[in-house]
Amino acid sequence: MDWSALSVSLRLAGFTCLILIPIAIWLGRALAYARFRSKGLCEALIALPLVLPPTVLGFYLLLSFGSEAPVGAFWAQMTGSGLNFTFTGILLASLIANLPFAVQPIQRAFEHVPHNLREAAWCSGLSPWQTLLRIELPLVWPGIMSAAALTFAHTLGEFGVILMVGGAIDGETRTLAIAIYDRVQAFDEQGAAQMSALLLLVSFITLGLVYGLAGRRRWVRG
Amino acid sequence: MGWPGAGGGYVADSSIVGPAAGLGVAVNQTGPIPLDAEFVCQPGELLALVGPSGSGKTTLLRTIAGLYRPQGGRVECAGDVWFDAERKHSLSPQRRQVGIVFQDYALFPHLTAAQNIQLPLRHLPQLERREQAEQWLAKVRLDGLGKRYPNALSGGQRQRVALARALARDPKVLLLDEPFSAVDQVTRRRLQRELALLRQQIDIPIVLVTHDLEEAAALADQICVLHNGESLQQAAPEALFRRPASPLIARLLDRHNLFEGVVVDVEGHQRLQWGEAYLEVAEGLANLSPGETVAWYLPPSDIVLHRRDRPSQGERENPLAATVEELVVLGGITSVSLRVNHGDMLRFDIATHAARRNQLTSGAVVNVSLLAAGIHLMPGHRVRADAHDKRK
Repeated sequence: MDWSALSVSLRLAGFTCLILIPIAIWLGRALAYARFRSKGLCEALIALPLVLPPTVLGFYLLLSFGSEAPVGAFWAQMTGSGLNFTFTGILLASLIANLPFAVQPIQRAFEHVPHNLREAAWCSGLSPWQTLLRIELPLVWPGIMSAAALTFAHTLGEFGVILMVGGAIDGETRTLAIAIYDRVQAFDEQGAAQMSALLLLVSFITLGLVYGLAGRRRWVRG
Repeated sequence: MGWPGAGGGYVADSSIVGPAAGLGVAVNQTGPIPLDAEFVCQPGELLALVGPSGSGKTTLLRTIAGLYRPQGGRVECAGDVWFDAERKHSLSPQRRQVGIVFQDYALFPHLTAAQNIQLPLRHLPQLERREQAEQWLAKVRLDGLGKRYPNALSGGQRQRVALARALARDPKVLLLDEPFSAVDQVTRRRLQRELALLRQQIDIPIVLVTHDLEEAAALADQICVLHNGESLQQAAPEALFRRPASPLIARLLDRHNLFEGVVVDVEGHQRLQWGEAYLEVAEGLANLSPGETVAWYLPPSDIVLHRRDRPSQGERENPLAATVEELVVLGGITSVSLRVNHGDMLRFDIATHAARRNQLTSGAVVNVSLLAAGIHLMPGHRVRADAHDKRK
């Protein structure tokens, strides 16, 4: 059992959720309410990681994280270290790869909030911030929950993108999914089986917890 | 800034005064929704905005609440200026202190009835907030239902919660957007009755948007008629229904008996020639010059059917023979259409038993009187010209 790989996987999934969900709330809300001409283009860009083979996405990320590319150069200048084959690098890649999984459920949820509920809140004296916190977020909570669940579970299972950008450095970029692949390559079937079962269990518990919590809402229209 | 009375074709009741303590609205813009409306509403008064769908009623209500910002105009309430396009001044909805009941009530589905009502009371300490919410629940007769979520309430109960939430804020104006349209008729009657009772306890201007003329007539002190974003006339219901300012307004108010006549001089007296008849008119005819064609309207209540067996009151006034064209029995009321010799059609309602007693049948010739006091002249208007005005 590769405990350091489990730790990398959990850290990666946790940080991805923590960083991505607030961004997705902002993006999903903006896309749900806004009526601008290039909205379709934005939605297509966000959905792209959904259809792109992970290796293709990983390849482009690998290129742009390189020290000659603008992103990699900028990062190197700011922090003095590269992005490729580091935990920060795979975290960044994971954020991009998970964008559709986080944004889409939240955007759908915001689209289902009747517009005049916000207006009713304003007319009740709530500021736009209070309206977001007390009215909108509680109403889109199931969407946020499923976004978090999908993102977490998908990050645990992500393979192609992580392998391209991060390789398999022990304790830094070797996630559980990659460790399983390594075990199989090394004909360690028992190790692979143990870790697969663990990944299955963690994923199932995560999803079960989240959907279970999200489903316990009395006011949901029956 | 002048209040109604000044602008274009707008006709206001002479009793309407400025909005010192009440609500005054003047809005104009060319697009995207064309608007040209002015109205006032005094504290304690209920003003109904009526008009066909698409006439801008809801947009005007949203303008008052600050949810819509027109290009031009001014909204003033209780001495404060809420919106002034010229000075680029517009208070946010939060700062206008309006109570609004949306058409679908817009209750927060994740909050209980009591929590919905508490939301506008957040400036109070928790205990007081709870107490006030309880009081409001009692006022709208929902005691004991405070813990229910909106999805567990009936349509009528939801409307009451929405009303309580709107009033809990201690608003300076109460806005009601078709508040009775989403409930069945029995509930609607009851809610209308409750609103009429509740009104006596609140001393703020109330603006009701409705397309239901009966509802407007029953509940409102003043009615403002809107058409394509334009306010055509504001007056008390009785005055409005008896004296619409133009044939278009009469038609929007679902009035029949709109005709055209010519002013003539008969042996030194001004008369209104209508087909073969020379009608006496109580008011307004003396100011017109002979030869002028004028549109006129007669309220159905001012058509008196002569009884066959004995003379009726007012029989001498503008007597006229006509043929019964159509009788439509609607329960206790019969709608009678009479064709006058020159082709125009008179319409009025009588009690069904009275129609039977007078042996009204299709094709029968009857005599009626058109009461001179009821004839309402609309100088400067033609019935036909207005008829093309965008109405089917």
